[in-house]
Amino acid sequence: MEEDQELERKISGLKTSMAEGERKTALEMVQAAGTDRHCVTFVLHEEDHTLGNSLRYMIMKNPEVEFCGYTTTHPSESKINLRIQTRGALPAVEPFQRGLTELMNVCQHVLDKFEASIKDYKDQKASRSESTL
Amino acid sequence: MAAAQAVEEMRSRVVLGEFGVRNVHTTDFPGNYSSYDDAWDQDRFEKNFRVDVVHMDENSLEFDMVGIDAAIANAFRRILLAEVPTMAVEKVFVYNNTSIVQDEILAHRLGLIPIHADPRLFEYRNQGDEEGTEIDTLQFRLQVRCTRNPQAAKDSSDPNELYVNHKVYTRHMTWVPLGNQADLFPEGTIRPVHDDILIAQLRPGQEIDLLMHCVKGIGKKVARIANPRLDTFSREIFRNEKLKKVVQLARVRDHYIFSVESTGVLPPDVLVSEAIKILMGKCRRFLDELEAVQMD
Repeated sequence: MEEDQELERKISGLKTSMAEGERKTALEMVQAAGTDRHCVTFVLHEEDHTLGNSLRYMIMKNPEVEFCGYTTTHPSESKINLRIQTRGALPAVEPFQRGLTELMNVCQHVLDKFEASIKDYKDQKASRSESTL
Repeated sequence: MAAAQAVEEMRSRVVLGEFGVRNVHTTDFPGNYSSYDDAWDQDRFEKNFRVDVVHMDENSLEFDMVGIDAAIANAFRRILLAEVPTMAVEKVFVYNNTSIVQDEILAHRLGLIPIHADPRLFEYRNQGDEEGTEIDTLQFRLQVRCTRNPQAAKDSSDPNELYVNHKVYTRHMTWVPLGNQADLFPEGTIRPVHDDILIAQLRPGQEIDLLMHCVKGIGKKVARIANPRLDTFSREIFRNEKLKKVVQLARVRDHYIFSVESTGVLPPDVLVSEAIKILMGKCRRFLDELEAVQMD
């Protein structure tokens, strides 16, 4: 991601203070000066391809999103830069939020279907072993 | 007609050509194909998605997931491998080690032993907390001394006869309950998963005496996903000139075969459920962060 000369770093993230006074920001938003809120790079700490790729997929499925990509900054740093650019004037936070919510819904559905399948399998096995007795 | 078929193939199949794999990446994003509506539709996803369990026993599970994209299937695989928490030995307090095995090697080996304790019943240890409380730590003791066997035959050369306690197994590890753990966990439930893992070998006069602390951490389970496209299967067809032109090898893009093998701590279906919940937890964490930011 290229750095603009007058890069305005808007560090907005929840700062949770630990017992020793450590600051831990999980999410940062970086925006180049001169652009409005429809191109934003999100820096997600303590994350890697696991969330990055799946979130990118969900955000790309949104027709309002013109560009979405993510990179890992360096293998020894555990954070990812996720950039979203939207068509028109939609603020980039919105597809980000929507992507997260949709990914959560997908996971919930997968979980429900999986647990139902497992239960069916177990019931089938139980009834099969009963009928052979 | 042929063009429509080609587009379908590009969208839904990963083709194994003679010299390489084509159509690897997902392309069905909105705007790429003019006559398709590719925007995310939860109902369409729910209608097409299914899970079929092929085989399950207490340590291994094989199931198919159909109708999901590679990115999400891979996320589950990555979480299963590296982010499902488990209890494992982390700190070893060595009181006496006169064996051939060096302290750090011994500690490393102990850290790899799977411990049969449900990690969901424990908390993560706070950073900087040295002592460990009953809610986040399990203690094990390992005390073995090797001696000569006085009853061995004079000319025997079999170590099993000559020495007593010359092989240190995981069954020599004893659990030391902390606090109220003795009430919460019945006798015999907190132990290494396998009791026949060889930890070290000793000779007469050598002794190992140490205390281990197990904490909850992100460990590894053995998980393999056979993505139909990564599986190699017979490519013999390409040797035959005539058949080459007629046959095409392709795989369905959104059909994934998961094969999960557990280390024995948790049953494999619980592992998969936990993995899915962990991905949901990650999303929720960022949603909460966003909300908190927007409130400022």
